[in-house]
Amino acid sequence: MALGTTDSKQRGYRETTPGLRAVAICALAIGLMVADSRSELLVDLRRLLAASAYPVQVLIDSPVAFGRWVRENMVTRRQLLEENRMLRQRVLARDGRLQTMASLEQENARLRALLDSTAKVSDRVLIAEIMAVDMNPFRHQIIVNKGSDDDVFVGQALIDADGVVGQVTRDQVFSAEAILITDVEHALPVEVLRNRQRTIAVGTGQLDELSLPFLPRNADIVPGDLLVTSGLGGTFPAGYPVATVSAVTNETGASFLTVTAQPAARLSRVREVLLIWPGEQTAPIVAEPAPSERERINTAATDQPANGAIE
Amino acid sequence: MSARHATVWPVWLVMLTCAALMSLPLPDALTPFRPPWVTMAVIYWAMMWPKRFGLGSAFLVGLALDVLQGDTLGQHGLSLTIIAYLTHRFHLQIRIFPLWQLTATVFALLALEGFILFWIDGVAGNPAVGVARWTQVLIGGFLWPPVMAIMDRIRERLEHRSTALA
Repeated sequence: MALGTTDSKQRGYRETTPGLRAVAICALAIGLMVADSRSELLVDLRRLLAASAYPVQVLIDSPVAFGRWVRENMVTRRQLLEENRMLRQRVLARDGRLQTMASLEQENARLRALLDSTAKVSDRVLIAEIMAVDMNPFRHQIIVNKGSDDDVFVGQALIDADGVVGQVTRDQVFSAEAILITDVEHALPVEVLRNRQRTIAVGTGQLDELSLPFLPRNADIVPGDLLVTSGLGGTFPAGYPVATVSAVTNETGASFLTVTAQPAARLSRVREVLLIWPGEQTAPIVAEPAPSERERINTAATDQPANGAIE
Repeated sequence: MSARHATVWPVWLVMLTCAALMSLPLPDALTPFRPPWVTMAVIYWAMMWPKRFGLGSAFLVGLALDVLQGDTLGQHGLSLTIIAYLTHRFHLQIRIFPLWQLTATVFALLALEGFILFWIDGVAGNPAVGVARWTQVLIGGFLWPPVMAIMDRIRERLEHRSTALA
């Protein structure tokens, strides 16, 4: 069946030194791997390659994007009105909560100014969409449709409406690769909201589970505790919800507690994420404080680097 | 000679399609059962058109796959180069195998690639948990006969065209 190919007509065909070429290419590949995983030499090359792969990724994403577009455009007037009404109600409820938030924020800034400590400023955010592109099946990686064109940087935190999603690992020109907090290689500094007990939340490779392997057996932690980012480590700004503790096992003979937690963000279903620029204030979400007040907040904010742990 | 060269680009289109199939979104439950499209395509073309699809081409395809998958640069480059080399080395033998023997050979090549990738992940310190790597090998082996039939169609059409041109 396969005898009739054009190449087989030259029966004696052999490359002149195929073995040598194979060895040379393999050496090149190994060199690339070492350079890529152990140094920063290839960052620019990688960015270039990724930018040229972007059209392919857009193409892969397009059926899903088209499906979403069709769904969005095929809704009836009734559904739109209904959704509009619901959203209005939610906005009203949020606005109500934000009113108290404004005064709390001012009070907080005042108190912090009294303590001569850093005020927590609100962060600049940008909405990015996760592209429907699968990556290495062994890692929890995603691609978002914002890149260094939009000032995205490596190590930038990603959140969704419910909590922390992950961080950017490679900023490409038009897109960025990020790993989720549940990736086996990911760890983030957290604290228990209830008692500020600090620890590290490590990914498990499962989308609905984080593990807290470094808590001593006498640590005060119970199922239901909310974990928030502690701001230590400098990557994630402080105070964003990460996970809820789901199980605490105290095994006799073990040196640490076995604690698992469920991520607050809905990692398997999230479509849109927020990129955070910590400490860069844009338009304030809440009503402007009075000028004199704002001045005081700003001086407090510039006294020290804005993003840091407050103790 | 020029007619020969003119027919190479569809192979690259096939490779690109295969690379795109590797990152086509699948439900989480189906991810372990994604066939290693690119490796299968590399084996086929290295076996059938060894002169036009050489080791360098396999390496480039591997690099493209690395970029699309977000892997260490060169990981698939290395594994596909080795696979292409072995296929080249024995292409005259395996080409005339009956289908079941050819499928068994492809099984072995896919398993070897799985092992190379597994080994690189281990050395590079990228933990790869789960059975996905080995289910991929199985699925790839089982899907070889239909994939080969499709590729044969494409190749025959290309060769007809190039002989018509020449």
